[in-house]
Amino acid sequence: MTTPASSATGVPAGPAPETEIARDLARRAVPVAPVLIAACGLGWGIEGALSSAYAVALVVANFLVAAALMAWAAKISVGMLMGTVLAGYLLRLGALTLAVVAVRHAAWVELLPLGLTLVVTHLGLLVWEAQHVSLSLAFPGLKPRAQKG
Amino acid sequence: MELLQVLAQQEPGELAEGLTAVGRGIVYGAAAIGPGIGIGIVVGNAITAMARQPESAGMVRTTMFLGIAFTEALALFGFVLSFIVAG
Repeated sequence: MTTPASSATGVPAGPAPETEIARDLARRAVPVAPVLIAACGLGWGIEGALSSAYAVALVVANFLVAAALMAWAAKISVGMLMGTVLAGYLLRLGALTLAVVAVRHAAWVELLPLGLTLVVTHLGLLVWEAQHVSLSLAFPGLKPRAQKG
Repeated sequence: MELLQVLAQQEPGELAEGLTAVGRGIVYGAAAIGPGIGIGIVVGNAITAMARQPESAGMVRTTMFLGIAFTEALALFGFVLSFIVAG
């Protein structure tokens, strides 16, 4: 996968790969979410299902925000990219903490399914996406194409 | 001495509750440091790679994003543990 470099910053022009991956991850979360929500619903009831849905939403939002920040910074310079990634890590971790702390005493929240879904969704989606990306990087001919019709 | 007097005035369980909060903060803080260092290494090496071979920047950024997300999972572990274990 090669992209033309922009002359101003040395950062490639064209669509940002981070945004594409984050969209792909969000797309993959659609079939995964009902399974996790149903599993947590079976184990912890309606509170578990709601907590699980909240966790999936947090993970997807985390990916999308990270990608948007990186794509924005990469257009400016690689130095900006470095700063934004590190500051973005702190900001996103802080936002995630706030998002959980804000609801942890709510009646519909069960912390165990919330936490488990956070970790399982984050890692599961990443492994799935990494498998896809490594396949398309090693064998570009196998990269899935958009289906016609 | 004053500290002992304050501790003596605590309701039963209050001290344990406070220590749990401190422990939770230590777990979360320690769990966030490692991924912070890891992400710095990932991005630093990715920038070096992009500077050396700008034509492969797309591939490098793809790998970098996945590397950052995987590293971040460690911080998530700490975050979740600090909430779940402490209850």
